[in-house]
Amino acid sequence: MTETPQRPLRVLAAMSGGVDSAVAAARAVEAGHDVTGVHLALSANPQSFRTGARGCCTIEDSRDARRAADVIGIPFYVWDLADRFREDVVEDFVAEYEAGRTPNPCLRCNEKIKFAALLDKALALGFDAVCTGHYAQVITREDGSRELHRASDTAKDQSYVLGVLDERQLAHALFPLGDTVTTKDEIRAEAERRGLAVAKKPDSHDICFIADGDTQGFLADRLGRAEGDIVDESGAVVGSHEGAYGFTIGQRKGLRIGTPAPDGKPRYVLDISPVNNTVTVGPAAALDVTALTAVRPRWCGTAPAGPGTYTAQLRAHGGESEVRAELAGGTLEVSFTEPVRGVAPGQAIVLYDGTRVVGSATIATTVRAEAPVA
Amino acid sequence: MAYLDHAATTPMLPEAAEELTARLSITGNASSLHASGRRARRTVEESRESLAEALGARPSEVVFTSGGTEADNLAVKGLYWARRAADPARTRVLASPVEHHAVLDAVHWLGEHEGATVEYLPVDSHGRVHADALRDAIARDPGSVALATVMWANNEIGTVMPVRELADAAAEFDVPLHADAVQAFGQVPVGFAASGLAALTVSGHKIGGPYGIGALLLGREYTPVPVLHGGGQERHVRSGTLDVPAVASFAVAGRLAAGRREWFAREVGALRDQLVEAVRTAVPDAILGGDPAPGGRLPANAHFSFPGCEGDSLLLLLDAQGIECSTGSACTAGVAQPSHVLLATGTDPDLARGTLRFSLGHTSTPEDVEALAKAIGPAVERARAAGLS
Repeated sequence: MTETPQRPLRVLAAMSGGVDSAVAAARAVEAGHDVTGVHLALSANPQSFRTGARGCCTIEDSRDARRAADVIGIPFYVWDLADRFREDVVEDFVAEYEAGRTPNPCLRCNEKIKFAALLDKALALGFDAVCTGHYAQVITREDGSRELHRASDTAKDQSYVLGVLDERQLAHALFPLGDTVTTKDEIRAEAERRGLAVAKKPDSHDICFIADGDTQGFLADRLGRAEGDIVDESGAVVGSHEGAYGFTIGQRKGLRIGTPAPDGKPRYVLDISPVNNTVTVGPAAALDVTALTAVRPRWCGTAPAGPGTYTAQLRAHGGESEVRAELAGGTLEVSFTEPVRGVAPGQAIVLYDGTRVVGSATIATTVRAEAPVA
Repeated sequence: MAYLDHAATTPMLPEAAEELTARLSITGNASSLHASGRRARRTVEESRESLAEALGARPSEVVFTSGGTEADNLAVKGLYWARRAADPARTRVLASPVEHHAVLDAVHWLGEHEGATVEYLPVDSHGRVHADALRDAIARDPGSVALATVMWANNEIGTVMPVRELADAAAEFDVPLHADAVQAFGQVPVGFAASGLAALTVSGHKIGGPYGIGALLLGREYTPVPVLHGGGQERHVRSGTLDVPAVASFAVAGRLAAGRREWFAREVGALRDQLVEAVRTAVPDAILGGDPAPGGRLPANAHFSFPGCEGDSLLLLLDAQGIECSTGSACTAGVAQPSHVLLATGTDPDLARGTLRFSLGHTSTPEDVEALAKAIGPAVERARAAGLS
């Protein structure tokens, strides 16, 4: 296996205005590529300034990205992909919550925006690749096929949110931050050394299109409040809520249950039923999942021919679990060697073979150790 | 490099640059009473006289500002406030919908914050306001009109307005008419007295002068309420210490622009005609924006819509080959919106996204046009493949 080939490419660098994508663009230039920077305007209301600038959609971020491009010495443009982003990411996000699932909009954005809408436009305009500040590695094998791997620095690894990329998308992806062992401090120092003012900019953690970080408020504005019951496993009402969409499987905090559990132990969200607007709670042990099914599989290369043993990651920054997985009629059937907790339908399961990303699918149903819940 | 964006800013004339740099090291506040002040004052007044002559105005009608945007704001807001103060019934503001944002946003602001009722005048498919349209709008209730504002020539599509006829229509009702002539000065005959306007905006860097300097030509009977309060310079309507080097340099550029106007219209106009021909040959379905008649548009302006293309994509592709132009539309956080000018002329919004403005100037050469002629066909083909996202 070799590193990404160093043939000079015409590269479109997606620049969010943050430190990672700025350093990535600078490294792409240094590697000899012909780089053009582009900031994606994803918010329907780009006029809004907001304090802290942790997201990716404000005028401030756009200006930070432009400033970085100036310092790096590359052309820079702002492309308005707000309509596509709203349709493919934001509306999907709301619909998933409404259906009682917990979506990951970053995966969705990578699949539908950065490595679809943006990549397609870039290729049509004569670019060879899209470069981002993700921490992941693309490795080209001797036969020319490409593999996605975890970043050298596994603590920073972001391959999970890239697990939706197929072989064609990978063929045109450049992740200059993934192949070196780099801590965030080192990236900041590198930005400082390169004269990039974003060196000291705070990290983005939240969902970029929810400016204040209040996901519940965002959903309530769009879905309305709908009071319903919180019930225990026996069906007894133990509390009330203002909208079942406001909960995530495995959630413990913010349940506001008046009646204590019989055993006095904390209770967790076990199930969300949007149809009858009910949230079911129960003990931690009831969260144990032994198997799951997942839909919409995407393979970072060839789809596995038969059943296989992999490690699986079930959420961003989550740990690894050993699984057996098999594709059956378009559905991925997964069983865990050891039960796992906090598995939420709507999240992606990403399968790994060592550091290599095999593929991903969206979790649809889970099988619980104690009692199966839809 | 082919610089085809002179309407954004044009290279400084060497004479103007020399005037500016020579004066930068001379001390003197034009408001001071001592010798240094008097020297500065003399430079300012000679410049004022020079610029007035270039624009067919009286020296006292020249109010220096920091540029076109400030002059537009002073005219629109200042005249609105003054006219309303004289008669509270005067709250209607009539504006063309194809104005530059310096006028459009000022007018909009008056509507949002100062109780103005803003009415946009109808334009034809070339973006031109006809005198009857202004007359009809005023006649609906003449006593309620604070002012009207119609640009002399449009910055995007180059359409020249019938300013004298518009001013006559406004004069029938004693309504002051302002015109933003930032793009017109140096390209078509601009005479303040002959125009019948109450106020007229010009800018330094669009005619080969420096940035950060402009002027509002203001009839002596008008006293707009100031936007900037302070030391009472410039007839008490525009306070602030004058930038003497910029004023002097602007006057040099203004005198040259007026003096060379016929040459400019003939020579640059011929080059523009070649550019239009070249684009049409390379891209037969490109649509020329604005008035196709040479007399109806600025001689240096060519504006095209390219069906099925994003203007942004074209700009990127041409920029990569050293050809610099503009999409001609305003930016919000760098995001291109379909141009309000094109939308006002009834252009389909999708088509309005695929526009480019090529604007020539005093340094343009046949090589600039040739470079574009070579590049535009393949760029359009490629941008079409990228499509409208």
